[in-house]
Amino acid sequence: MTDATAHVPPNTPVPDANLFAETYMPLTPHEATVEANRCLYCFDAPCLQACPTHIDIPTFIRKISTGNLRGSARTILEANFLGGTCARVCPVQELCEGACVLNAEDKPIAIGRLQRYAVDHVQERGVQLFQPGPATGRRVAVVGSGPAGLSAAAELAKLGHAVTLLEKRELGGGLSTYGIIVLREPVEVSLREVEAVRALGVDVQTQRELVGAADLDVLLAEYDAVVLAVGLGAVPAMGMPGEEYVLDGLQLIEDSKVSPDALQVGRRVAVIGAGNTAIDAATIARRHGADVTMVYRRTEAEMTAYRHEYEFALHEGINYQFLTQPVRVVTEGDTVTGLECVRMVLGVPDASGRPSPRPLPGSEFVIPCDQVIKAIGQEKPALAVALGLELDHGYIAVDGGMRTSIPRVYAGGDCVRARGTASTVMAVQDGKYAAAAIHEQLSAPKEAAHG
Amino acid sequence: MADLSIDFAGIRAPNPFWLASAPPTNSGHQIHRAFEYGWGGAVWKTIGAPVLNISNRYGGLSIAGQRLLAINNVELISDRPLDVNLREIAEVKRMWPDRAVIVSAMVDADPQAWRDIVMKIEDTGADGIELNYGCPQGMSERGMGAAVGQVPEMCELNTQWVTSITRLPVIVKLTPNITHITEPAHAALAGGATALSLINTINSVMKIDLDTLRITPNIGGRGTHGGYAGPAVKPIALNMLAELMTDARVRASGVPISGMGGIVTWRDAAEFLLLGATSLQVCTAAMHYGYRIVEDMIDGLSNWMDDKGFATIYDVAGRALPQTSTFGELDLSYQAVARIDPDKCIQCNLCYVACNDTAHQCIDLVADGGVRVNPGFDVRANGRQVADTRPQPVVREPDCVGCALCANVCPVDGCIEMVSVPSGRESITWDQLTAQRPEVATSWDAMMAYRKEQGIDIH
Ligand SMILES: Cc1cc2nc3c(=O)[nH]c(=O)nc-3n(C[C@H](O)[C@H](O)[C@H](O)COP(=O)(O)OP(=O)(O)OC[C@H]3O[C@@H](n4cnc5c(N)ncnc54)[C@H](O)[C@@H]3O)c2cc1C
Ligand SMILES: Cc1cc2nc3c(=O)[nH]c(=O)nc-3n(C[C@H](O)[C@H](O)[C@H](O)COP(=O)(O)O)c2cc1C
Ligand code: SF4
Ligand code: SF4
Ligand code: SF4
Repeated sequence: MTDATAHVPPNTPVPDANLFAETYMPLTPHEATVEANRCLYCFDAPCLQACPTHIDIPTFIRKISTGNLRGSARTILEANFLGGTCARVCPVQELCEGACVLNAEDKPIAIGRLQRYAVDHVQERGVQLFQPGPATGRRVAVVGSGPAGLSAAAELAKLGHAVTLLEKRELGGGLSTYGIIVLREPVEVSLREVEAVRALGVDVQTQRELVGAADLDVLLAEYDAVVLAVGLGAVPAMGMPGEEYVLDGLQLIEDSKVSPDALQVGRRVAVIGAGNTAIDAATIARRHGADVTMVYRRTEAEMTAYRHEYEFALHEGINYQFLTQPVRVVTEGDTVTGLECVRMVLGVPDASGRPSPRPLPGSEFVIPCDQVIKAIGQEKPALAVALGLELDHGYIAVDGGMRTSIPRVYAGGDCVRARGTASTVMAVQDGKYAAAAIHEQLSAPKEAAHG
Repeated sequence: MADLSIDFAGIRAPNPFWLASAPPTNSGHQIHRAFEYGWGGAVWKTIGAPVLNISNRYGGLSIAGQRLLAINNVELISDRPLDVNLREIAEVKRMWPDRAVIVSAMVDADPQAWRDIVMKIEDTGADGIELNYGCPQGMSERGMGAAVGQVPEMCELNTQWVTSITRLPVIVKLTPNITHITEPAHAALAGGATALSLINTINSVMKIDLDTLRITPNIGGRGTHGGYAGPAVKPIALNMLAELMTDARVRASGVPISGMGGIVTWRDAAEFLLLGATSLQVCTAAMHYGYRIVEDMIDGLSNWMDDKGFATIYDVAGRALPQTSTFGELDLSYQAVARIDPDKCIQCNLCYVACNDTAHQCIDLVADGGVRVNPGFDVRANGRQVADTRPQPVVREPDCVGCALCANVCPVDGCIEMVSVPSGRESITWDQLTAQRPEVATSWDAMMAYRKEQGIDIH
């Protein structure tokens, strides 16, 4: 083993390993017991209702309080096969914890952390809680191994269908593996979930990409149904001069997770955008010691990031430039020296209901920096067009049972998220809906089944 | 400032808080320190016959992560030699003339044995003697402790031997391991006891370890029953205290009672006082938190007494006793119903499930606009806003039997009130009813006829 710091001169600050560990320590058994016992075990509980996958929260917490951790994990994973990821990444303040009755008097139960405690307990010990169902002789292909794909594959396998999961990348897990910063979720957790799906007999084939309509036809010939869970694309182009010098925020996050050695972080970094991804990218840069300024064309009030994320970023020492639109990357030779921006004013509300920003002529100025990162969302699924699927605002159009316009083709996850916020837990639920609809279709008598 | 001092059967103490005869009072050194913390008195750990204690001896009861709600012990009496104890008792009493020093004793059921020890105790200058007829394990097998306390004749005889030879106040400490607490109490009085104390520990098996499948405490692979004490026993102790304080013979005798069993805070202490105890003893709480807890006990009791306008312990003592009653004297026409304060309700629905599953199915869930709804939700709904649209539990008062289950399960203080409502019926007790119509007690037809006549409908 080589010591990475061996050639570094003394007194050079090195990133502290703790800066890149999960933000929250696991609960100790004592903490978990105390917290679990604080839960009232509500009847018809609002936390359960607020969870998009409807995990029976009072029950799983009760089981922690009685020391029945295996039972607790089963309660969680039965409703949400990615309970370990969701425990870490879910915006709990907006969901279960936000609905907890104890908000009224005190502070809500730490549902996410308790969920992580129970799920980690079984997953760290490799306890196998589920078995594949009795074989039905039916075959389903799932494309994409992100939360939506894994969830659909797991549910279908539990129902006894033979599932093949195709993933174009080297590692499974989708954005849980490549997109969610380690402060929230280490790669191992997401890979564990891929393994759990494999343990259900799902044939996980990585580096297998579905490229176009012909591929889909092949799949439809070999399988009884196909689930598209392909997520979204890269960060879209902004069409500004010098954009070729801009780093993709998703790439930065990915490097920080799976190839930290390749990670290049500047000293003064401008991050374009103010959503969840922008904050994540900014956090990575900040934790590597950079001075970080986030550039957003509207104000604090219109940001898409959650309040707690915004506060987290402020706490991390990240600066904000609101009402600022980048117009050009300033370079000297191949070196970035700044980001030219223009001030904005808010006008009348646009289609999204938010006031539309308008540039203030003559207000151009330059934010000096040596790196520009953009994180302004993800491109709509290009594959949808290639496959000739009906679209909804650029996303794959589906009905309540996640059926697309092509018979026997289902879709779920970010690629169908035309409305509402894209999140892991929503993707997991889509996977369940798709699995349920496919199962219904495959179990129906033959004559009614086709179509 | 309330005056907390007491004169208990002639034993004076600056406050009613005494350490009970147990591990906290095992040596002069300990009691010296306890008195520095402010304890009003101490009952020395029982002295007497030679014993050898075993290891380990305590089992603890935890519920929901809360430790030591009760302790169970297989400990014997003091395992320090008699003469050492006696010398230390004399030293402590000399140093602390204003504190109550009482010596707990237990010897063979033999007049000579009692005479010997009583003489020695008198020589120490101690303020009183407590007879330990309670130890449920170890000593009872040797014919002492509970073996005496459980047989009224033995209790009377042993007490008689002691009271006939000493000028000191004699407190007889009763065992709760008996069907009627009044029987050994009467025996003690007949034997000349000048005071009573209760309760000693209750027979118990604390728990079985689910990993080892062994009884806890595990003594080299074996376990036995032990004595149960601590917060969890308080209701039992209060009941026994009330039974004694309402017993005609005990009342007529005028002997004071020292109450114990689960006293942890001044609040518990006040409850014992309200049921008539005039000195209080504490063991488990001191074992759990140390002697320092007495400061809040004194301070809290004194503040509460000031708030209530009680000047002395004797103004408090027995205040709640007039309310103790028998079932036959309770008003059958009294009606209370549960009423939920919607502003306090946090919608946990515990009242709903409790009433629906195990009471009288009279709590409804009512949505905005007053519509009655069933539990359940739209699976496509999610997010924190589901909390804002939750239906509210509402009691259907005409159907409520007033059992008070919901009020007991509600996690919010003062959210469900049991409100007294007019029942529209003449007040009548069971004793009166069965005197007037003996048949209602023996025939369901008669009972149903009575109900009909009175308009009582139990659905
Ligand atoms: C930076 C970032 C941070 C986020 N943080 C959070 C968070 O904190 N909490 C939260 O709930 N959500 C968060 N999200 C959103 C969340 O990650 C997504 O909603 C979720 O991963 C969507 O799951 P999915 O299965 O639909 O898609 P993805 O996770 O994107 O998975 C799609 C998978 O399909 C594969 N694939 C794509 N095309 C093909 C093809 N043609 N052939 C084969 N395989 C293909 C991809 O390689 C990928 O593995 C974050 C997203 C980003 C970008
Ligand atoms: C470990 C232990 C040892 C005890 N030893 C004695 C004893 O030697 N003599 C005695 O009269 N009571 C003994 N007791 C009983 C206590 O004095 C007291 O009656 C009982 O614990 C109830 O009070 P509490 O609930 O405050 O603990 C003992 C209790 C415990 C827990
Ligand atoms: S709402 Fe809160 S207290 Fe009630 S069951 Fe859910 S987590 Fe527990
Ligand atoms: S008092 Fe009893 S019967 Fe009445 S509402 Fe409460 S639980 Fe139901
Ligand atoms: S138990 Fe109390 S807080 Fe809970 S729903 Fe009922 S009234 Fe409301």
